[in-house]
Amino acid sequence: MNLVLESLHRRPRLVAILLAVLLAALPFLMGFGLGNAWLRVLDFVLLYVLLAIGLNIVVGYAGLLDLGYIAFYALGAYLYAWLASPHFGLHLPFWAVLPIGAAFAGLFGVLLGAPTLRLRGDYLAIVTLGFGEIIRIFMNNLNAPFNLTNGPQGMNLIDPVSVAGFSFGRPLHVFGLTLPPTYFHYYLFLAFTLLAIFVAWRLQDSRIGRAWGAIREDEVAAAAMGINTRNLKLLAFAMGATFGGLAGGLFAAFQGFISPESFTLWESILVLCMIVLGGMGNIPGVVLGAVLLTMIPEALRYLGDLQRATLGQVVVDPADLRMLLFGVALVAMMLFRPAGLLPSRQRRREFAAEEGLAEQVQANLYDTRN
Amino acid sequence: MDIFLQQLVNGLVLGSIYALVALGYTMVYGILELINFAHGEVTMIGAMVALTVIGALLGAAPDLPGVLVVLAGILVAIPACMALAFTIEKIAYRPLRKAPRLAPLITAIGVSIILQNLAMLIWGRQYVSFPAILPTRKYEFLGANISLLQIAIVVLALAVMAGLWLLVEKTRLGRAMRATAQSREVAELMGVNVDRVISATFIIGAAIAAIAGVMVSAYYGLAHYYMGFMLGLKAFSAAVLGGIGNIAGAMLGGLLLGVIEALGAGYIGDLTGGFLGSHYQDVFAFFVLIGVLVFRPSGLLGERVATRA
Amino acid sequence: MALLSVDNVSKRFGGINALEAVSLTVEAGEIYGLIGPNGAGKTTLFNCMTGLYTVTSGAVRLEGAEVQALKPHQIVKRGFARTFQNIRLFANMTALENVMVGRHARTRANVLGAVLRCRKTRAEETGIRDRAHELLRYVGLAGKGRTLASHLAYGDQRRLEIARALATEPKLLALDEPVAGMNPNERQQMGELFRKLREGGVTLLLIEHDVKLVMGLCDRVAVLDYGRKIAEGPAEAVRNDPAVIAAYLGGEA
Repeated sequence: MNLVLESLHRRPRLVAILLAVLLAALPFLMGFGLGNAWLRVLDFVLLYVLLAIGLNIVVGYAGLLDLGYIAFYALGAYLYAWLASPHFGLHLPFWAVLPIGAAFAGLFGVLLGAPTLRLRGDYLAIVTLGFGEIIRIFMNNLNAPFNLTNGPQGMNLIDPVSVAGFSFGRPLHVFGLTLPPTYFHYYLFLAFTLLAIFVAWRLQDSRIGRAWGAIREDEVAAAAMGINTRNLKLLAFAMGATFGGLAGGLFAAFQGFISPESFTLWESILVLCMIVLGGMGNIPGVVLGAVLLTMIPEALRYLGDLQRATLGQVVVDPADLRMLLFGVALVAMMLFRPAGLLPSRQRRREFAAEEGLAEQVQANLYDTRN
Repeated sequence: MDIFLQQLVNGLVLGSIYALVALGYTMVYGILELINFAHGEVTMIGAMVALTVIGALLGAAPDLPGVLVVLAGILVAIPACMALAFTIEKIAYRPLRKAPRLAPLITAIGVSIILQNLAMLIWGRQYVSFPAILPTRKYEFLGANISLLQIAIVVLALAVMAGLWLLVEKTRLGRAMRATAQSREVAELMGVNVDRVISATFIIGAAIAAIAGVMVSAYYGLAHYYMGFMLGLKAFSAAVLGGIGNIAGAMLGGLLLGVIEALGAGYIGDLTGGFLGSHYQDVFAFFVLIGVLVFRPSGLLGERVATRA
Repeated sequence: MALLSVDNVSKRFGGINALEAVSLTVEAGEIYGLIGPNGAGKTTLFNCMTGLYTVTSGAVRLEGAEVQALKPHQIVKRGFARTFQNIRLFANMTALENVMVGRHARTRANVLGAVLRCRKTRAEETGIRDRAHELLRYVGLAGKGRTLASHLAYGDQRRLEIARALATEPKLLALDEPVAGMNPNERQQMGELFRKLREGGVTLLLIEHDVKLVMGLCDRVAVLDYGRKIAEGPAEAVRNDPAVIAAYLGGEA
């Protein structure tokens, strides 16, 4: 196995081509292999990867703990619903609404961040958590005196995506096959996700990425070296918010229906888990975390079937177990592998020859002195 | 004027409960600089355990006086929560004491999730009702209704706060706690068993939380596996309002937050011309929190921080 | 006009007067020493000058312009950099990356540049990297670029901090106890480095306890004690000042 990995390592172009082919064929493999339900899961995986990449900029690059990230997802989704559904009678085109939604969320990122980013880590965490809850409560209650969000019932009949006249709302019949809309959304989401990954990857190894790393390591020293810490933190926060808003808009168009229930604190924590468990600050790790944490709960559903098959009834509902396992996983990861499953390879590269330093790397990986 | 006094009373009662829970947050933060996310859940577990005991007692001996039954519930809940907090500290927080602040924060979130879902698995998703066994006499005072239960809550809360104050100011353990909060290394050098002090802090906070949990469920007539979350957040906001790490601050912050919330909920319709209703009650705590942290991060009774980073 | 002029600066922390009406001037091209017993307020003064603390009263002027109300990064942009008493390197970054961070204030690439990597940005990045290598060589750390900062030997860490500060192209460099914890041989080498810095056009402001180093290196010296300046002048004169001797050794009762 190692030999295979070794030879792949030396031929990056081959890897890239293989990956491209796999990604292009994946929906067909899953759709015809596992069924359309799994293809829908795949679409959600991509949405969560997008969210995780966005949050990774905030938490992993700049070191700002945001526990209310899903608020930006919600803002992007609701804005999409406001501009492209029967609610206000507006039906703006997809390519217009999506960037507006992203910008809308980004604006809120700036509004929230400006007064609060100077707070210390744990305080910032609580404040962002509060903000997330405030957004959810407002979305849940703004159906009176005038109906902005339709309250707990949510907003439905959101316009499906329409690209160059082709609507994603209906299946496509081609070559004797019937392709449901989940296929089109897959490629759309994939495009945006790859774009996000590209942007994040380029940022990592840049002047801005270095400055974020410096702020994360020692904010006082970073300021003393000429870095405008306030603006850079705000930039990270706003960028993360924009990614979140983008994902929100895609979600609204995909599902056709949104409600405050999709934007709870646990969603924020879930995305945070993806980053923490996968490998904070490291794009492959974050992607892995998103994939695992979206697919494993789906796989857990089979536990229900398994119990029914072997025990005759469902003793423990896998849905109940899911959150419990998350909690256990969080605690276990912090105790035993705080840097995540795939910690930043950059560190490993530098001292490939030395050993015994992995522990130190793990321990120091997000040392934030105050 | 009627509504003002009534809401003031309600606010003080609610605030007393917030104050008790806030004490747990502020003590742990003072010593470890850690936000113990799981504290709200410990409070919830206290309520659940007490309700289980109460239910069992009522089933076995339905003629016992209500007050005694509730007391029995409290007396079982307290050691249960103490044991729980001790275990959590030992297993999940102690190994991370040297770790940078992000790690224990995430662990605390994890523990909170675990406790919530364990409670859901054990006690179910439904509300657990608090049996109507307590006396329900009401008194009238200047146009406001005050129930016996409300008076009992406030009196008990004040007693607990007084007890804690005595412990912290007048006993050896209290002195050790204060020293450890000021500087862990130096306290250790002076012979304080820091591990024991930290455990004690968690345990005391949990005991108080257990009492608060029973109070909440008695006051609202029910308990639920999810109740710890909001309660915890609000209590933490109260602790920050008063000045995190400051025990008197937690008491003051709790009372103040309760009053703000009650008055706000009562008047918000008038204040916003009918735009917002009382179901926005929960956001008050958050706005208070954000406001305090942005404009006066040291809280009402905390020290001012002079440097600029 | 003096390069740096500290004008009656006072700093109070609650009830404590950390600095009281301290005034001094540093001329361009000199090596200026700031000495005094522990707790005299030397680092506090540094922090006031570089924007980490807000002064309670008084002014700090860099090339005539008031800077005491500016944020640290703005002061760096004006050409005033510093190192720290307790070495504050970016521990998990390599030596090279540390110095590259120092170039931040003098470079401009933004998000768009980072993502698109057009020719201008690429050229700037290459420039940053080359300059960082150059600075590492300059302070004697050639070849150690890829080592993690936390893995460097103590003396090398101090040199790295200087290299990082130099990356900001300072006119004035404030060094807070740069040779603390070093043996005499290392101290002498650092002294050589400081002279080299001065020859390169950087004015130095030095907090140090090593009297021999200070006397041999500094043109002028100021002495702080209990937050007040008790002497200022050429090194030899200050050394023989009775007030200074009393402060260090304890005056007669």
